Amino acid sequence: MTLNLDAPDLITLVGVTKTYSGITALNDVSITIKRGEAVCLAGENGSGKSTLIKILAGVERCDSGRIEFSGVEQTVLNPRLCAASGIKVIFQDFSLFPNLSVAENIAFSAEISTGAKLFHKKRVDELARITMQRVGVDLDLNAAVETLSVAHKQLVAICRALATDARLIIMDEPTTALTEKEVRALLAIIRRLKADGVAVLFVSHKLAEVLEVCESVMVLRNGKKVAEGPAHEFDANILTRHMTGRDVAPSAPSPLDSAAPQLLSVKNLAKSGAFQDVSFNLHQGEVLGISGLLGSGRTALAKALFGLVAPDAGSIAIQGKDIALGDPLKAAAAGIGYVPEDRLTEGLFLLQPIARNVAIGRLEAHASTGGLLNLATLWSETADWLKRLKVKTSSIEAPVRSLSGGNQQRVVLARWLARGPKVLVLNGPSVGVDVGSKAEIHEIIAGLSQQGLGVIVISDDLPELLSTCHRILVMKEGRIIEDVAGNAINEADLAHRLAS
Amino acid sequence: MMKAMISKNLARNETLVLLVIIGFCIFAAVSDPSFLSIPTLTDLLRGSIVLTIFAVAAMLVLVSGGIDVSFTAIAAFTMYATAMLLNTYAPGVPWYLALVLGMVIGACLGSINGALIAGLGLPTLIVTLGTLSVFRGFMLTFIGQKQITTLPPGMREFGRMMMIRGENADGSFYALPWAFAATIMVVLVTWFILHRTMLGRSIFAIGGSVESARRIGINVRATQFFIYVYVGALAGLGGMIHSSMARVANPFDLVGLELYVIAAVVLGGARLAGGYGTLTGTLLGVALIVLVRNSLVVIGVPATWQSVAVGILILIGTGLPAWQAKRAAARAA
Repeated sequence: MTLNLDAPDLITLVGVTKTYSGITALNDVSITIKRGEAVCLAGENGSGKSTLIKILAGVERCDSGRIEFSGVEQTVLNPRLCAASGIKVIFQDFSLFPNLSVAENIAFSAEISTGAKLFHKKRVDELARITMQRVGVDLDLNAAVETLSVAHKQLVAICRALATDARLIIMDEPTTALTEKEVRALLAIIRRLKADGVAVLFVSHKLAEVLEVCESVMVLRNGKKVAEGPAHEFDANILTRHMTGRDVAPSAPSPLDSAAPQLLSVKNLAKSGAFQDVSFNLHQGEVLGISGLLGSGRTALAKALFGLVAPDAGSIAIQGKDIALGDPLKAAAAGIGYVPEDRLTEGLFLLQPIARNVAIGRLEAHASTGGLLNLATLWSETADWLKRLKVKTSSIEAPVRSLSGGNQQRVVLARWLARGPKVLVLNGPSVGVDVGSKAEIHEIIAGLSQQGLGVIVISDDLPELLSTCHRILVMKEGRIIEDVAGNAINEADLAHRLAS
Repeated sequence: MMKAMISKNLARNETLVLLVIIGFCIFAAVSDPSFLSIPTLTDLLRGSIVLTIFAVAAMLVLVSGGIDVSFTAIAAFTMYATAMLLNTYAPGVPWYLALVLGMVIGACLGSINGALIAGLGLPTLIVTLGTLSVFRGFMLTFIGQKQITTLPPGMREFGRMMMIRGENADGSFYALPWAFAATIMVVLVTWFILHRTMLGRSIFAIGGSVESARRIGINVRATQFFIYVYVGALAGLGGMIHSSMARVANPFDLVGLELYVIAAVVLGGARLAGGYGTLTGTLLGVALIVLVRNSLVVIGVPATWQSVAVGILILIGTGLPAWQAKRAAARAA
């Protein structure tokens, strides 16, 4: 295949349409990506952005439309051909090999494309080292990838893409698992790549933070391109409006009743190596934010509140009554609910039907003497909660896996709410959830607080904290260093306090 | 740092198995001073010849994220069919051609597994459980059920070829057959494939994540097909060596051994989930299983307790590292 490497337009898609069994995933979409340019492709889940990635990666074939690489029309595309043309996709899960070393992960596809039959460790290490230098990162070549943090895994994935002469790197949801600091490091790397002539396509529903390195923005909604233009004409609000087709105004929580009785009190809670001397109170109807960088102890604290981590010292009391530490069942019985950060592995039975995922939390309440279940009341209550939380699904018998991130989060919430908890601990409530669903989850949180629940939101998504919380605790190195009222602080200020 | 390294190594199956082996040997030597002797060593080495070949094959499959339980059936089929074929049509074939023929037959049977697994994408356990039964049933129905006591001359000759031969003080003999060299060859060739070829690295990659492997352009089907053909060939070789050494081709031999073999491999640190497995670990695992099978009596444990002992070893050998990993994860959280 001959390509004009100097052609300004790296990739051109004209009128690309793709349908899956009658459903139009992409409808007449055209885009152009130039050399050394970073492009934002924004869209909610189901907007067709995954389909677009698959077409560019050669995994799926479009039904109609024209695809050009460097001005040459491509009729047959397959993953190998696309990879050979320099199109590299970094999937959200990074597609790395957990059991192999950093060096091998970086150099594997490059080695395959050379057609080598033998494995040359020296050559692999050399290529990995050069690539890491180019990106400006320094990782242990021999470390197994499974031992790395998410941010480092992403760096390995970027290095792998670059190891094979990448001309366009497509990054699927690049920032969802990163902290603010890691996002900044990523942006620095993207700038280096652009200077090198590599084009980058960011595909995400959480793009405001990468806008500053992008030249142009394109928004997909329901398979159609609904907006396009230079990046400086967009900001988070405009992106959101285009993605959802409506305004999602950032709202502040309604003021807290100053006479609200105290609900939860945590005193001198400590766990060696994770957090020390943590004390705070939570009032009825209050939404309390706990923030901090990765490693600040926020996750361990969240787990400790629900007994998943056993603290070494301190006490947790609900309405004045101490509850046993380190025992999730007792915590749940005392009225604490916990929605984990990683719904997929910690919070849901993915292959089980939606309804059962909710009902599992209510088996005891619907059991008659002798342990038989009253299925009629169980199912009607379950269906009721799913309806109240607006879980969008064709059937409550469908597996939870078939739902979008936002709807999965609602299923976890429904399970807890059905139990009528007093305090709900939400760890990263909108991680991996699209903008529209995020706003709805925030509405749900506001609704819960109005019903008198105490809600604890653990997050490093600052706008989220500001729009949901009455009070925000900032954690650093295992200690609470600040206790600020939500309406007394703005985002830049909060970001500064987190990082300081 | 030093402490971290020690505890890291302690958590590895290899170290654990090695410690158990050493402990076992000390215990056995105390119970019976004649345990530490060349005859015991040659006995154990002889006992590990076929088991090692099978274990290397089974390890390869585990690394790729699959499991193969049909290799003993392939081995039995191969040794029986080859002996029958050679006796009937070409009794004069030399031993090396007989081994090659065995490996070819084994590879053909393995390719059936490969076609079903790589071609149709069926689950490996189901396929190999099926073919285990099919190969065995086919052999017993269509080839024969009577053991062949007169092996073809080539195989008989191979069984008599000794690397080391000696006489004990009490006048009994000890010997280590050349078949042991074949086992060493298998280990070396497999080591080369796994660590020095892209094919081998692809096997690890597939075991780590099939989807990722596909995405970066590894030919997953071809790799899987190779694995099952290679395993078939090794099983064929193992079968041939087994019958040559036993000087009889008994169609009822070998089947049932697959659990011991997989146990040895898992003890050696290979994970059933795929992606992990070392030859060192596999060899140590085999050594331990062979010790238990051959020498449990020496330390005063009745032979009938063999399978109980093997079971306990598996539970401890795989349970301890898993428990340590869980504790480490809990500490990190």
